[in-house]
Amino acid sequence: MIVLRRDLLLAFRRRSDVATTLFFFLIVSSLFPLGIGPEAAVLSSIAPGVLWVAALLAGMISLSRIFAADFADGSLEQMLIAPQPLALLVLAKISAHWIVCGLPVVLLAPLIGLQYALPNDALVVLVLSLLLGTPALSLIGAIGAALTLGVRGSGLLVALLVLPLYIPVLIFGAGAVAASQHGMSAQAHLSLLAACSLLSLVLAPLATAAALRISVE
Amino acid sequence: MKINWFKYSSPQVFYPLAGKLIPWFAWLAAIFVLAGLYVSFVLAPTDFQQGEAYRIIFVHVPAAWMSMVIYIVMAAWAGLGLALNARLSAMMAQALAPTGAIFTLLALVTGSLWGKPMWGAWWVWDARLTSELILLFLYLGFIALQSSIDDPRRADRAGALLALVGVVNVPIIYFSVKWWNTLHQGSSINMGAAPKMAATMLLGMLLMALAFWMYTVAVALMRVRCIMLERERNTDWVKELSLKTPSSQSIAGAK
Repeated sequence: MIVLRRDLLLAFRRRSDVATTLFFFLIVSSLFPLGIGPEAAVLSSIAPGVLWVAALLAGMISLSRIFAADFADGSLEQMLIAPQPLALLVLAKISAHWIVCGLPVVLLAPLIGLQYALPNDALVVLVLSLLLGTPALSLIGAIGAALTLGVRGSGLLVALLVLPLYIPVLIFGAGAVAASQHGMSAQAHLSLLAACSLLSLVLAPLATAAALRISVE
Repeated sequence: MKINWFKYSSPQVFYPLAGKLIPWFAWLAAIFVLAGLYVSFVLAPTDFQQGEAYRIIFVHVPAAWMSMVIYIVMAAWAGLGLALNARLSAMMAQALAPTGAIFTLLALVTGSLWGKPMWGAWWVWDARLTSELILLFLYLGFIALQSSIDDPRRADRAGALLALVGVVNVPIIYFSVKWWNTLHQGSSINMGAAPKMAATMLLGMLLMALAFWMYTVAVALMRVRCIMLERERNTDWVKELSLKTPSSQSIAGAK
């Protein structure tokens, strides 16, 4: 809990970092209409995929921030030798990352969905799917961030390691929005998305803790 | 009789053993390849729907099998290395990764060569093709992570963890891609409903699969020998070995 509060406070003091992720999401999702053309029918049919991919990338570029600063100033080593279970501390740090980088994207998404001419009920599903799916992105991404800690070229390496593992989340998330667009129930997709998040909630902190022990030694 | 398996977990003991095994597996691979090619190109009948072009499955299907099996074997070695802290297991995992990536690439390339005459397209977003592509990404991620960490012990353990995470994810990815594909249903190709194969075709495929197995073992052993020499270059047994080989003797003599 204290770790969570500390990380949030640190992020709040460096607000521009948070804004960068958000602006990245905005810019990426605004590039597609410029590249493809402004027809509303085309845009609304590609919207679920484009918005989800943009959210994926926005979550990914901020991954290195979870551990890098703490690794540089040595507080990560303190956490490693702390009496509390490392997986729990890691979970707190991941939660902070999600609140700082995931939640703003979720809140901003309906606005961009409007630009893509998504109907109202699809917008609701979009927010719901992002809300259920982005925690899985932070959790899985943390494993990659921990593995590449202090490795040269870690930014690109994280992308190579983490993006293939993001594919199920992308499929179910974009699938939920597309299903509601076509007048079908999105419930199956949302349930699977929640299952992905819950599974990674159990396994990812343990794997991340193991990866940190390997990386820091 | 009880064999002390742990004896062979030492690189010093395993190095000569691997050297003795390589020719056996290499010859077996050559024999099986020749037999498999004979069965698949001469004995197997021409498919009445697909003509002669179907014969690429004798390479394609075993390569796809191997790409998946090698990933599991690699993760098993990596997990063993992580659990028992055994050097050799991690080296085996590292030695298997490039072969697995090559088989994955081979499966993709032969698949697209087959797809062009059959489906009229080089690439179709079929569930199997897509998951094979993702498997290639997983292999490349493993190789990239290992090669970007300088400390070999850390590289081993980080790679092992990544391989284990990948193994947990592979079924999830496979089923998500499958469901995604059935929902979209853009193409009308159904690979699941392939017609029953003739027995000779199956025989050819199995012979080729055996050949690929033997090839994999031979190449992985060769590669692990190189890795062993590189990692253990400062130990006494490698120094003794380098004195025994004729090429280094001539170098030493020249000095």
